Amino acid sequence: MKKKEIRQFILSFVLALVIYGAIMFAMNSGIINSYWSGILVVACINVVLATSLNLASGYLGQLTLGHAGFMSVGAYISALSSIYLGTPFIISLLIGAVCAAVVGLIIGIPTLRLKGDYLCIITLAFNEIIRVIMLNIGITNGAKGLMGIPMETNFTVVFISAVITIYVIACIVKSRHGRAIISIREDETASELAGIPTSYYKILAFTISAFFAGIAGGLYAHYITILIPKVFDYNKSVEILVMVVLGGLGNLKGSIIAAIVMTILPEYLRAFSDYRMLLYAVVLIAAMILKEKNLVPHLKAKFLKKKDDVEEATE
Amino acid sequence: MQFFATIINGLSTGGMYALVAIGYTMVYGIAKMINFAHGEIIMVGAYITYVVFSLLGMPAFVAIIASIIGCALLGVVTEKVAYKPLRNSGSLAVLITAIGVSYLLQNVFLLIFGSAAITFPSFLPEGQIHLGGLSISYVSALSLCLTLICTVLLLIFINKTRLGKAMRAVSEDKGAAELMGINVNNTISLTFAIGSGLGAIGGIIYGLSYSLINPYLGAMLGIKAFIAAVLGGIGDIKGAMVGGLLIGLAEAFTITFISSTFSDAVVFGILIFILLVKPAGLFGVNVREKV
Repeated sequence: MKKKEIRQFILSFVLALVIYGAIMFAMNSGIINSYWSGILVVACINVVLATSLNLASGYLGQLTLGHAGFMSVGAYISALSSIYLGTPFIISLLIGAVCAAVVGLIIGIPTLRLKGDYLCIITLAFNEIIRVIMLNIGITNGAKGLMGIPMETNFTVVFISAVITIYVIACIVKSRHGRAIISIREDETASELAGIPTSYYKILAFTISAFFAGIAGGLYAHYITILIPKVFDYNKSVEILVMVVLGGLGNLKGSIIAAIVMTILPEYLRAFSDYRMLLYAVVLIAAMILKEKNLVPHLKAKFLKKKDDVEEATE
Repeated sequence: MQFFATIINGLSTGGMYALVAIGYTMVYGIAKMINFAHGEIIMVGAYITYVVFSLLGMPAFVAIIASIIGCALLGVVTEKVAYKPLRNSGSLAVLITAIGVSYLLQNVFLLIFGSAAITFPSFLPEGQIHLGGLSISYVSALSLCLTLICTVLLLIFINKTRLGKAMRAVSEDKGAAELMGINVNNTISLTFAIGSGLGAIGGIIYGLSYSLINPYLGAMLGIKAFIAAVLGGIGDIKGAMVGGLLIGLAEAFTITFISSTFSDAVVFGILIFILLVKPAGLFGVNVREKV
């Protein structure tokens, strides 16, 4: 590690500690009531989901609509392991995540030969298949929902998980592997010609992404304590995708902020909750068209008049 | 007997899938994009028929025409507003926009009509047609006939007329077609219009066969029709028809002989299988990637 990187690492670490300390202080002193601390837990789970999807969709450039499927695998396996095997929370979390990663690997090996539209549809198909399976096998209790999951998730656990997820993904992206992953997004043929084992990196990124989705699922299961297959449908995958797109494909900070905003904002907009999905749709379309027409840098330049921002945006 | 009944059931649903799949395939052939919103256009078609027939009290014939025209316009407008600005950008951007459009339509109709299912007017006579020992409901017969008629007409249109020739040219090479004096924008609009119009017919058939419609109907129908298009070889109209019928049969047989809950999983399984074994589909041609 270079000196600058070490400094940055320490800085981020301290920042995370400060945020954690501040929120814990606010919770204990009653500034944040239990309702809002619950929302913060969900926000952290969403951060894990969004950053992990960003690795597959943003950095690797493969649009997948099956993230909710991996999340459900993690959620169900960890919950079942907690209930029937009585494993400690951390262990069941890890078991769930590993199973999600294995499912990701099994799905990834054949499907990642496909690109773009096909990959999107096939991941969607897998998501639905996973959901149908969860709905129909006895052990998950089907549509009635899996109950009796111990309530283990608290803010400390989700915060640490979110920080670890962000750290791991940031490290991967910055590393040699990350550059290989990004090169696949830029031009798959060229990177293959440059000697990058593209299939290996695609599957690697996909599996890691599934692993963290599994973690998020486990956290979710042990927080909500009841699992219903309907939660993990196509809409959930789109919701995570909206977070990633809104934050910026291939931008970790953006994903974090978008995930938090998109969890907290609907709470303020309760009165407009019917319009929430409509808003997501408009955001998706507008974000794409504005980006492609390169309007964002111009707007930024107009409103912010900051040279750095414009340069960064035009990159 | 049950076997034949299942076949007829399957062909009837399959006909509906085929009509929708043709829309997917045409749009894919010409714009090289999967129009995720196509399923929602079907839903819109069903709702327009409901509004014109049940609420405005017009005759069924008017309702059907209105629904076809309405959907065709909607298809053209979505293309102009959402997809045209992105014509030269990467597939990721177009795909995300298409998902956005699909969500937008679904939620607009959710706000207008609510999420509860609405009874679709049944303007076909009750009862069944008897052919020897077999009995076919009017909806099934209509669905099959319409699919065949539409496919034949469409094939004639594409292969024999000037506009059809223009379509084929644009789908082969947009730039060259433009240089030859073909109006690419109009041709793409026309494709969206035809595809969406066929979708409207699919929506009406859906309404007639299930007699309940809700704003979510397009999502699953659209995905299954897309699978049908992929199965037949995307970009190929005959393929879309055959694919649609096959998917319908597969679904009907799963429901009758295995379990209704697994029918979706079987259809998706077919998609996965076909993409792994022969990604170009039954009638598709493998396209080599040039660098």
